[in-house]
Parts: sequence; C-alpha cells; structure tokens
Amino acid sequence: MSARRRRLMGTGLEVTVPILLLVAWGLWSANSEDYYYPPLTEILETFANTWLFERVGSDVVPSLTRMFGGYAIAIVFGIGLGMAIGLSRRGRIASAPIVEFLRAIPPPALLPFAILVIGVGASMKVFIIAFVCLWPILLNTVDGVMGVDPTLRETTRVYPITAADRIRNVVLPAASPQIFAGMRTSLSLALIMMVISEMVASTNGIGYFVLESQRTFAIPEMWSGIILLGILGYVLNLGFVLVERKLLRWHRGARMSALG
Amino acid sequence: MEGAAPTVPAGAAAPARRARPPDWSLPWLSVVGVLALFEVLPRIGALNQDHFPPISETLARLFEELGTAGFWEAVGNTLQGWALGLGIAAVLAIPIGIVIGSSNLLYRALRVPIEFLRPIPSVALIPLAILVYGTGLQSKVFLAAFACFWQLLIATLYGVQDTDPVATDTARSFGFSRMQRLFRVTLPSAVPYIATGVRIASAVSLILTITAELVIGAPGLGQSINLARSGGNVELMYALILATGILGLLLNMIFVRAERRLLRWHPSQRLAKEATP
Repeated sequence: MSARRRRLMGTGLEVTVPILLLVAWGLWSANSEDYYYPPLTEILETFANTWLFERVGSDVVPSLTRMFGGYAIAIVFGIGLGMAIGLSRRGRIASAPIVEFLRAIPPPALLPFAILVIGVGASMKVFIIAFVCLWPILLNTVDGVMGVDPTLRETTRVYPITAADRIRNVVLPAASPQIFAGMRTSLSLALIMMVISEMVASTNGIGYFVLESQRTFAIPEMWSGIILLGILGYVLNLGFVLVERKLLRWHRGARMSALG
Repeated sequence: MEGAAPTVPAGAAAPARRARPPDWSLPWLSVVGVLALFEVLPRIGALNQDHFPPISETLARLFEELGTAGFWEAVGNTLQGWALGLGIAAVLAIPIGIVIGSSNLLYRALRVPIEFLRPIPSVALIPLAILVYGTGLQSKVFLAAFACFWQLLIATLYGVQDTDPVATDTARSFGFSRMQRLFRVTLPSAVPYIATGVRIASAVSLILTITAELVIGAPGLGQSINLARSGGNVELMYALILATGILGLLLNMIFVRAERRLLRWHPSQRLAKEATP
C-alpha cells in the first residue's frame, strides 16, 4: 500500500472510528432496560438539562475555583521551594528524606487529617489540593534546576550577573520544560483531589453532585456528571498543552536550531 | 574547564573555615529537627494538642498498632486491593498496548477514543462502582484497575512506538518474521517504558485503593484512618497515616529496585551508572 494511501486511510480511521463507537453505544443502549446503564440519548438529554447551564453556578464554579486556587498555591510554593532546594546542594541533601516521605503518603490518606485540622469547608479542599499538587512541581523543579547545563551555569558566574538575575533569566527558563512536566502531572492530581474531597466532605461541587445522584438513585444525572468530569479532564489537559506549547516555543526553537 | 589552580600570594592568610556539619549528617539533622518541632510545639501549646498530638505519642501508638491483628488485617486488605488492581490492569493493558502500538492503523483508529477515555478521573467512577460492585473488594479493584489500565496502556504504547526504526528494519532485512521482530527487537526496547509505567501504576493503584477505602468504606487502611478520625482517636489516625506513608515508600522502593535489576543490561541503566560520580 502506498504511503499516501496509508496516510489517507489513517486519517479516515481517526475520524470515523470514534463516531462509529458513539453510534454503537447509542444503539446498544437504546432499548436498555438496565437500571444502571440508561440509554445514551437519555444521558445526553439529562446532561443538557443539568449542565447547560443550570448547575454551572452552583456546582461547576465552586469546584473549579477551589481546584485552581489549590493549584495556583502549589505552583507558587512548588517552584519557589524547588528553586531554593535545587540551587543548594546541602539543601537537597538535608530535605531529601522529608520530601521523599511526605510525597509517598497517598493523598487520600491525608483527607482525614485535613478534615480534622481545617474542617469541611472550602479552605480544607484548597489546602489538600495545594498540598498534593505541591510535590510533583517541587520535585520536577529541583530536577530541572539540577539539570541546567553546567557550562551555562559557570558562564553566568564569570560575568557579574546578580544572583536574582541569574535565577530569573537563566535558571528558571532552562528548568521550565521540566517544571511544566511537573505542572502537568499536578493538574490531573488537582482534578482527582477536587473530586475526592467533594465526595468526602462537601455540600456542593461536581464530585458531590455525582455521589449524591448515586445516593438518590438519579442514575442519568450520575452519568451526566461522570461525562462532565471526563470532558473537564480532557479540556484541562488540552488547555495545558496549548499553553505549554506557546510558552515554551522559544525552547523548542532553540533546540531545533541547535540541531541545525 | 582546564586551568592551573590559582596561585595564592605567599603570606596571604587562608580564610578561616566555619565549622559546618558534614554532608552525611544533614538528612539526620533535618529529620530530627522536624520531629523535635512536632514534639515541642504541641506540648507548649503553640499547636493545638487536640489536632497535633506530640509526635512521641503518635509513634508510640504506631508501635502499639504493629502488635494488633486488626492493623495487619487492614494492611492485608489494602495490599490485596492494590495487587489485584495493578495485576488485572497489567494483564490487560500490556498486551493490548503491544498490539495497538505495533499497528499504525490500529493506533490511528483508536487514538481519539483513548485520548477521551484516558483523562476521565477514575474517582469519577466511584458512584458507579458502588452501584455495580457494592462496597467491598470488587469496587476497590475495579477503580484501581481502571486507573492503572490507562497508565500502563499509554506507557506500553510509547514504549513500542519508540523502538528504533533502524533496529526493526535491520531485523526485517535479515529475514526475521513479525513475531521474531516483536520478541527480539520491539519488546526489549519497550521494557524500560513499561517498567516505569508499572512503577507509576503501582503508586496509582495504592492511591485508588485507599481512596475507595476512604470514600466507600471498603475495609483497609483508608477506612481505618477515617474511623480513627471520626471516633476522635487522633493519635491512631496519625499513626495510621504514617503507616500508610511507610507502605507507599516500601512499595516504591521495591519497584525501583526491581526496575534496576531488570534493566541492568539496558544501555540507559548502564549510562546512568557511569554518570553518577
């Protein structure tokens, strides 16, 4: 098969297979009597009624606010602490056991601790999201800082560049691809912790809605919530990739030109 | 950078060196420092004792728990869910990943559905799991397996697709059959990715298992932690959280060691060994 034909076939498949799968799901579930798996059409209808746009204000907005709040805090502290630790050899050695241990605690195990100390409000959720998202960003920042080309580092030392300038204009940009990788991991963690914290201790939010729907046996609503979370996950990831591509374009460009 | 060591003018006094703790002592000092902080602050009232019991009491409680059957039962339940979730996901995801990764057409056909299904947070399915599987081991395993499946599938896909095309072409020109190429070129090349994927999936499985125990109430460490908190047993809660952290550390160490062992022959590991001073 010629290369061109293969490419066309590939594109064709990329477009038609997902559509076929959706249609198959719709058909297979159309006459579904199963309580737990209602027809796709019913789910979509419920989705439109619930999330476009009735419950956006009452559930989606608080959820996303808490999630982005925690995420932002994690970024600030993660990069800040990560830089400090990464630039100091002794800092790395000293903090290693503590960081390794705190990061190994499975995040859900910390929820009871957060509930005990902070309560069941929004601040608890922001705290737990921030705490959990901190570690990937911090560790990746440390790795990124440590991975800065030593020649680059030594060259900046030869010239009279202040430490602040050095950090801001040399170390930070050089470490940014790695930092972004950490931020990407943390983004999916943020979504997960948002859902868990809302399922365990909340009176609003998407996670709360899905669990509550299940408890009150509003099954199509439950499915609509699950689909919304899936869409949210997809959109957040896509958004992040686009932002990363834009912000790191200089990096790829530099790499490309280095490859000649 | 080469260059002679700078010459010190004769008679110049060397700057006095501050006495500094040696490198090896630093981790110990920091750990001791943190422990001391969490011992003293609650006792003097700077931290609320009801929320932050002195760490010595927590550690004492932890040692006490290590002698009870209930604790080990909970650990066993958690490990059971973790192992089953990881195992089922591996048995499904790795073969499927190899098959999809080896066929360009299959990959392009399934790429979009995978990209859509993969970001669904496994925790979103907790209510579904409760409905269909109840509140026991099956729910736990379902959630853990679902999350680990995508992790391992992607890792395997990347691994298979990242095979050096020159290597596969060379094998093909030597007359290797498709199966032979798969087993002798593609798979060995993909093993590092799969191994890393398994290590990450192990952490994911532990997280989902404990989440299920916490939210659904399936028996295990997560449930025990929650019960301790709601029963007002704060030292027990912290002790169990510490135990969970230690469990996470141990599992991670096992997989890191296994990865290193398995890949001793692989060039990436050899280079890493050479690189570390």
